[in-house]
Amino acid sequence: MRWAKWWLGRIARIAAAVLPAALGLFVMAQAPAPERFIVVLDAGHGGDDPAGRLEDKSGKVTDEKVCTLALSERLRSLLAARGMAVVTTRAGDIAVSPDRRAEIAGQAKAQACLSLHATMSGTGVHLYTSSLAPASAGSLSSPTPWKTAQASWVEQSLKLAGVLDSALVHAGIPVIVGRTALPDIDSMACPAVALEVAPLAAADHGQENSPTDPDYQARVAEALAAALVEWRAEARKQ
Amino acid sequence: MIPRYQVVIFVVLLVASLAMSAELWHLRDRAHKRLLESENTAPTQAPEVTPPEPATLEAASDADSSITPRVFELPLPRSPGARARAVLGKLLDLYAAPGSRHPVPGGAGSVSQVFLLPAAPTAASAPVGGLKTGSPEGATDSGDELAVVNLTGAFVAGHPSGIETETLTVLSICATLNANQPRITKVRFLVDGKPRATLAGHVDLTRTYLAGEAAPAVASGQP
Repeated sequence: MRWAKWWLGRIARIAAAVLPAALGLFVMAQAPAPERFIVVLDAGHGGDDPAGRLEDKSGKVTDEKVCTLALSERLRSLLAARGMAVVTTRAGDIAVSPDRRAEIAGQAKAQACLSLHATMSGTGVHLYTSSLAPASAGSLSSPTPWKTAQASWVEQSLKLAGVLDSALVHAGIPVIVGRTALPDIDSMACPAVALEVAPLAAADHGQENSPTDPDYQARVAEALAAALVEWRAEARKQ
Repeated sequence: MIPRYQVVIFVVLLVASLAMSAELWHLRDRAHKRLLESENTAPTQAPEVTPPEPATLEAASDADSSITPRVFELPLPRSPGARARAVLGKLLDLYAAPGSRHPVPGGAGSVSQVFLLPAAPTAASAPVGGLKTGSPEGATDSGDELAVVNLTGAFVAGHPSGIETETLTVLSICATLNANQPRITKVRFLVDGKPRATLAGHVDLTRTYLAGEAAPAVASGQP
């Protein structure tokens, strides 16, 4: 009799320990898995399209395509470290058409797409969203024209630009926000912003920084990573 | 002894040949005058010197990504197309001048022609920010005009590359045309008479821009 009571007690204690864990696992299995946050990084130009020529303080000239790829690689590392899935439109010096870039962004079903550019005109960072008029979200009954696919995402893109703007200003980088007609982003079916890194004027940072300057690029990339973390948090709230 | 009838014939023939010579001389003079008149290319009227009149140039600035109106006194042609070309020429002269706030080489000669065509009515869903995606052509009773600006290849080849600088050039051209000829509501671009994908690698040149809604970028809050 004493042995039976001893065994019943042990079984009850084991059950008390195991059952909550099992129940927890069951609940977790039933709950939907958190959606993976995907960012597309679109390094502008490439291959036989060098685009602009950027000059640093020492007079060294770098093609825009090299600068955008470097920024893309830097940002990719930061975003991956923050648990984001990153898709790049190019990983080397290859030519990618605007249509192919939009195709990659569309297939990735990204929550954010940054089209990266660099210039020697102006100052700070220029954020541009598509100048297409906002359209209602696309439906099967009304297919979206390829050339204006971004129209359904313009409002989201404007919000994304606002988040990027706040983060860059917080990092002490002057920002210009505008809208333009850019084939790279007009066909993208996701929140998309074209980001152009311009020199950082002396008054803004104590010294002139070229877009090719690694320290300046790191500063911009850190601010963008912080903005995308915030954008992910906002996306998960909705 | 010469017979009398031969003398009479000689005199008659002499008089006839002199009369024919005189007529030939007269005809030659008339033909010469007609030839000189047909070769005269001098203007029949003296060229008219138009008085200077105010023209508004929507000038871009790279520093703050702004487009601001500047008024100049310019002698402008009466023809609307030539007038539009003259105004754009002055705008591009400003950009090509030393110390320009939006430096773009080329100057007035960068605009080959400006053609004005009847414009289609604007759709209710026209995009904002100076861009329209629909088909622009087609006659309408609204009086609105589509300006087709034909730029030179040299201007496009020498244009600085960058989203901001290209956007400012396109928007300032659209805004300048609309400011001086409000009937111009849409603008398209050609380069050496042919469509071109982008201005200098970034901004789309295949679209129809709404001239009256061209809005530049705005500076965000300073850090």
